[in-house]
Amino acid sequence: MPDQFLFAIEVILNGLMTGVLYSLVALGFVLIFKSSGIFNYAQGVFALFAALTLVGLQNGQIPFAPLINAIFGTNIHKFGWELPSIIAIILTVGVMVLLAVIVERYILRHLVNQPDIILFMATIGLAFFMEGFGDIMWGADIKTLDIGLPQGGSFWIEENTAWMGSDGFYGFFIDKLDIAAAFVAVILVVSLTLFSQYTKQGRALRAVADDHQAALSVGISLRYIWVLVWSIAGIVALVAGIMWGSKSGVQFSLSLIALKALPVLMLGGFTSIPGAIVGGLIIGVGEKLFEFTIGAPFLGGATENWFAYVLALLFLVFRPQGLFGDKIIERV
Amino acid sequence: MKDVSDSYVTADGRTIGGVMMEMKNITLRFGGVEAIKNISFDIREGEIRAIIGPNGAGKSSMLNVISGFYHPQDGEVWFRGARRPTMKPHHVARQGIARTFQNIALFNGMSVLDNVMTGRLTHMKTGIIAQSLWYGRAQKEEFQNREVVEKIIDFLEIQHIRKTPVGRLPYGLKKRVELARALAAEPKLLLLDEPMAGMNVEEKEDMSRFILDANDEFGTTIALIEHDMGVVMDLSDRVVVMDYGKKIGDGTPHDVRNNQDVIDAYLGVEHD
Repeated sequence: MPDQFLFAIEVILNGLMTGVLYSLVALGFVLIFKSSGIFNYAQGVFALFAALTLVGLQNGQIPFAPLINAIFGTNIHKFGWELPSIIAIILTVGVMVLLAVIVERYILRHLVNQPDIILFMATIGLAFFMEGFGDIMWGADIKTLDIGLPQGGSFWIEENTAWMGSDGFYGFFIDKLDIAAAFVAVILVVSLTLFSQYTKQGRALRAVADDHQAALSVGISLRYIWVLVWSIAGIVALVAGIMWGSKSGVQFSLSLIALKALPVLMLGGFTSIPGAIVGGLIIGVGEKLFEFTIGAPFLGGATENWFAYVLALLFLVFRPQGLFGDKIIERV
Repeated sequence: MKDVSDSYVTADGRTIGGVMMEMKNITLRFGGVEAIKNISFDIREGEIRAIIGPNGAGKSSMLNVISGFYHPQDGEVWFRGARRPTMKPHHVARQGIARTFQNIALFNGMSVLDNVMTGRLTHMKTGIIAQSLWYGRAQKEEFQNREVVEKIIDFLEIQHIRKTPVGRLPYGLKKRVELARALAAEPKLLLLDEPMAGMNVEEKEDMSRFILDANDEFGTTIALIEHDMGVVMDLSDRVVVMDYGKKIGDGTPHDVRNNQDVIDAYLGVEHD
């Protein structure tokens, strides 16, 4: 096979892996939007906050240490113990569930039946609050997140694919972390699907997504479902936070990946879980392939920063409901 | 208070029990509009109770009060011998009151089977952890409830569309699925908001048969709103007639048909 062709395949593979991460973030948006019609602007910050909490717990950081030190003149930073990853993850899940309960109790409950834009504004407020809160609680420095996921390029793949090309081709370079991320994403989506198809809570969740009134009439508590959905979105955010955090460190720019999820959603449709996955993969592959074929040779590179948005714009013009979204029909 | 324990047998041999639900002096306002004006009536164990009246009479509002979607400003709702506090609709549903809607409210993205299964939610008690692990008790519970649902599906003759997404069904079948979902809850009281609206004669006959059979076989108490007078007279044991938010008649179909106020409301009165 010609090397140029093999490079293109490598680009596509790496694009798929990046796309998985986009999909993970987009998934959190879709879950909440589907069941409550709320576009949760804070989803990206949730991922950041989850990652911060996980690192903090792992390293035995004392929450609010800078604040405590400033007020009481003390100089404390750490408890002096480190938690195993698995326990830290379970505790972080607990924190995300607690966060969902608080969001429902102190925000959603008071805004029931308000126009969508009000709820959207509330989530913007929540995003800013969470960002500041995360800062005060765990500090703003960049932290490394290591929960024992494999890192670095996979030599096995390189060695076993080198034969495909000529001497100038050294095999496909694929990050082991990306493979792990893809693996985790598959498990996450499969278990979410099983949960929503075969459990009573899952059925209730789908019911609420379809029709609030009918859901109430069969005895489903909307509040419970909201807490459940926001908890699940929180857990998805944690997974996304772990993946992004392991890749590029836990830093506050993490919350900006939420912006990359927007074009993903426009492509896949705001109400479709498969749409979020496929949309993420298309954006991931699309931007890498565009950079490789057109961007770098003709446009001076760095097209990855805007390609997704232009693609989303095209979709908005020609297919506003996205690939998998519910068709927008106005009844006259 | 009226004697609640008196039961009697109707002309066609069905036993009507004591008072199950009593509405006392219900008044419901939307801003300045009084949708329901000081209405009282009761629903007895095992009967089919119809609420009729011209458009805008407040029938649906009354049904919404019973099912907890609307909360009356005045009056009391008594259910099974106890005064019901102001309740959310999902709590009312858990008390054993199921309903259908005038403009079908089904879960369109879900299959018929899943839709009917949601009717069983109030009967499923296992928590989220057990359900997620799909283990032991949760599994047993699922199978037991599935059995009940299959019985209801058989009963309403919708086996052939069990796996079809509800959104794709024709109107008449949707109405039937909605009835199935409500029946699956094995409700003590079943509220039907215009179960036959927009149906042709054949579909109406089917629906009437299902309503009578449900009442007969499961002993479900039914309160229904219906426009088709013929259907109401055939189905119901007692009828409440509403007009402009007021009660203008209450009694057996025969009584109501000969009530001058009712005739005036339906046919109009000449003003001179």
